[in-house]
Formats: sequence, C-alpha cells, structure tokens
Amino acid sequence: MQPETQTPLDTVSYGRTLPPEETLLSVRNLKKVYHTDGGDIEAVRNLTFDLGKNELTCLVGPSGSGKTTLLKCIAGLLEPTSGQVVLDGKEVTAPPKKMAVVFQEYGRSLFPWLRVAENVELPLKNAGMSKAERAPLVAEALENVGLGHVPKSYPWQLSGGMQQRVAIARAIAYQPEVLLMDEPFAAVDAQTRADLEDLVRKVRKDLGISVLFVTHDIDESVYLAERVIMLSSSPTVVQEDLVVDLPAERDQLETRALPRFTELRHHVYEQIQLAKRGFRSDAVVIDE
Amino acid sequence: MKKLLIGLGFALGLPVILIALWWIGTIVSPSFFVPTPPELVVTFFETWIGPRIWVDVLPSIGRFLAGVTIAIVLGIVLGMLVGLNQTLRSFTEPVFEFFRALPPPVLIPVLLLLFGTTDWMKIGIIALAAIWPVLLNTVEGVRAADSVQSDTSRSYGISGFNRVRYQVLPSASPQIFAGVRQSLPIGLMLMIISEMFASSSGLGFSVIQFQRRFAIPEMWSGILVLGLLGVAVAAIFRFVERRVLRWYHRLKDLENAA
Repeated sequence: MQPETQTPLDTVSYGRTLPPEETLLSVRNLKKVYHTDGGDIEAVRNLTFDLGKNELTCLVGPSGSGKTTLLKCIAGLLEPTSGQVVLDGKEVTAPPKKMAVVFQEYGRSLFPWLRVAENVELPLKNAGMSKAERAPLVAEALENVGLGHVPKSYPWQLSGGMQQRVAIARAIAYQPEVLLMDEPFAAVDAQTRADLEDLVRKVRKDLGISVLFVTHDIDESVYLAERVIMLSSSPTVVQEDLVVDLPAERDQLETRALPRFTELRHHVYEQIQLAKRGFRSDAVVIDE
Repeated sequence: MKKLLIGLGFALGLPVILIALWWIGTIVSPSFFVPTPPELVVTFFETWIGPRIWVDVLPSIGRFLAGVTIAIVLGIVLGMLVGLNQTLRSFTEPVFEFFRALPPPVLIPVLLLLFGTTDWMKIGIIALAAIWPVLLNTVEGVRAADSVQSDTSRSYGISGFNRVRYQVLPSASPQIFAGVRQSLPIGLMLMIISEMFASSSGLGFSVIQFQRRFAIPEMWSGILVLGLLGVAVAAIFRFVERRVLRWYHRLKDLENAA
C-alpha cells in the first residue's frame, strides 16, 4: 500500500547532471563490457550522472547490477569500455590523488602486517610526507573514527566494525575530496552498522567531503543520503535519481520514524523490485 | 618450573634412550667401526677444539653462508620479477622446471671444470641448489597477492617499487620463509658434497679423510659436528622467522582459535 503522499517526490528517471561550478565528479555515458572466453558481458550499459560538492549520494541497485564495476571505474581501478569519469575537470584514467576508496572486505583491504596507525599512515608515507606531518593527521583521523586508543593494535585483533573504522580513518587521513564506499557495512552486524552510518554522516559533515556510497540496503541508502541513485539490473542504466528531502540532522530513531522516511523508503523499495523484474527506464529507447 | 622440567624431560627423553642403547650395544658387541659414547665425546673435543675450527669448520660455514645468502637474495629478487610479470613467467617456467628437476650434485663436475676447486665453485654449487625453493616460493607468494590488497595499493597510489616494498614483499613473506626453510638443509648438503668431491679442507673433506685413514672415532665426530651445525642453522632460522613473521603466527593462532 502506498502511503498518502503529502509532498510529491523529487525524482527523475535519469541521472541528474549539475552546472559545472557545483559539480565535483561527472560520469558520462559510462559503459563497461567484460571480454570473457564465454563471450562479452555487458555489465554497465550507459550511465550518466553528476556528484555535487559536499554531497552524500547513495547508489542502490539489485545484486549483480554492476555496482562494484561502476565504483571501480570511477575509482580508476577499471578502465571503462567507453564514456568517461571526470573529477574536478580532469578525466580519471588512474586512481586520482583526491579520491579514497573504502572496500567492503575490510579484512583484506587492511594490511595484516601493519599496526592500526601504520595502516592509516602508509598512503601518506608512500606520498613522501614527512613523519612530523604524518603523525598529527594519523592521530586526528583515528580520533575522528573513535579509535584513538588502539593505534598499536593489529587490525585483526579488532572487531569487524572497528576494522572498517580503521579503513575509514585511512581514507580520511589521505585527505580526499571524494570518498567512495563499496558496500562498506555489508559484513558487520546491525548495531555496529547503525554506528558506522552515523560515523559516515559525521565525517562527511566535519570534513566537508563528498561521499559516493554503494549499498544494496534500501533503508541505509535513504537514511544516509541526500540523493539516491537507483540502478537497473545488469546491463546497468540509471533507473531513477531521487532527492532525499529529510532533515540534515539524522538520528537513527527519529529519522527512521518520520513518515517521509517511510515514504521514500517505500518508493526506493518499489523501484528496486521493478528493477529486479527487469523493468528499465531505457526500455522505451529503441536503437539510437 | 615443573612444566619446564616436564618439557625438558620430553625433549631429552628419546636422545637419552638412543644414547643408552648405543652404549649398551658397544659394550655387548664392541666394533672397531663404532666408538663408544665417551670415546666419541673425548675425540670430538680433541679433534675439533683447536686449529681445525679455523682450517675446516669456519671455512665450511663461510661457504655455506655465502651460498645460501646469494640463493636467498637472488631467489627473492628473481621471484619478485617473475611473479609480478606474466610474460616473464611463461618465458622462464620451462627452464625453471628443468633446473629444479636436475639433481644439483651432477653440476659439480661441470663447475669444477669451469671454476676449478675454488671457494667460488663450492659457493656457486650451494647457491645453485638452494635457490629453487626460495625462487619458486617467492613466485607463488607474489602471485597469491590478495586482489583487494592490490586494489587498495593502487587506489592509494602505491605503485612500482613502493608497492613491492609495502605490499607484495610483506604479503609474500610467509611463503618466502617456507622456501628458505627448505633451502637451508639443501645448502648444507651441497656444502658437504662439494667438499667431499673437490677440496683440501672443510667438514666434508675431513670426514672423508678420516674415513680413508681409518680414523673411525674422528670420522664419527665429524658427523656429530655436521649434525650440530644443522641444528644450529635450524634454530637460528626459527628465531628469525618468529620475529619477522610474528604478525602472521599470531594471526593464524587467532584464526585457529576462532
């Protein structure tokens, strides 16, 4: 049952583009085809959208909708078959300096031979930053994620949620303009997850960075984001681009109890169900 | 304290039993070719504590150390290069297979002709035999690098030599150590064989000399020296490995406990 709508939803069935001065990251006609022995697999068909400055956007889509492929293309870890990704006016061809990625598999992304602080420090050390410059950044980043007390531990001595905090600390110490997060909380328990969601909102607010957050969790996407981009099933196109008009101050209990939250969640859920059944926003477009 | 004594009892139990059996054996049926334990101990000190340390023991150890050091360093460097490069891997694989399959002692005559009975010939033989486990394990360790770790390195701009130093080498280190563990006894073996073949000094040479001169207790004491050397090498290896791979052992302990 669709709840009664007071305010119409601000949604369009394509990816929004922004005027250049508001744009931090642009994805244009991105297409990714994997060439395998069994033939070509079109993972991403055609994606266009912009990410605004200081915006927290969630990408949601059914499983297997090429979310990770898309994120890797944006991160410069995969080369798109065609189309382009532009960060700050420069085309992304390799992992850019102003970008940090938080992976889902924190246990494999953190280096087990390094202690917590050393993990956070490594990208800075690699960039040639002096020890005196690194130390305050590392301490501050760990403080930011609430891990100021365990710099000397090894990551594998910590719980899953804490390990993912270390990965987030490593990302923010790197001082990126964009933080890409690939289903970062899929492998942690529900309570830890709620804490980590609030941490992401806090970090975003404190540091003023843009976040692109990939998730398959509909509640999570609505709770976190200012904007939710829904993806179709593979080969992926943008299904819908929805503005989340919830108050900026979010609270796990209050926000989730708002009628508007339920409404938005309901809508996203419906769209994802449609996507799963194979409905596509580009279905009307016949051979260009 | 009690635990320590029990542990010591277990560790020394079997050696004590074996020595006792040997002693009884030499009393019940004495043989010219088998010395009694006290005889061996006396001979051991008489033979090896003195100038022989400088003439035979240390040169042997020196050649062994030089050979395995070359094997380990070269094995890791080549293993890194081959492991990181698909083309190089397919190019070198058949050759590696051939050399690994070749029993190293057969190369002694060849190197003997090329280098003569020099130290370098022996060091070369030791290195050539001991390099394979290190090299092949390094290649495997590098190839097994975790894809998420590699993506992490790339996304943080850690590439080239820094990636090798900060990611590839540490992540392959457990495999590399496994290779070194195998290569040490091989190096020791080739040290002895090369000295038996073509030498005028060294442990292997001494043992053969004693045997030819029917200096039987001395010959046995030489074997004892080699045994002790092997034990010492293994102990040093374990000490170094425990320190370098402390993170790895603790991680494994944790995983096994869970």
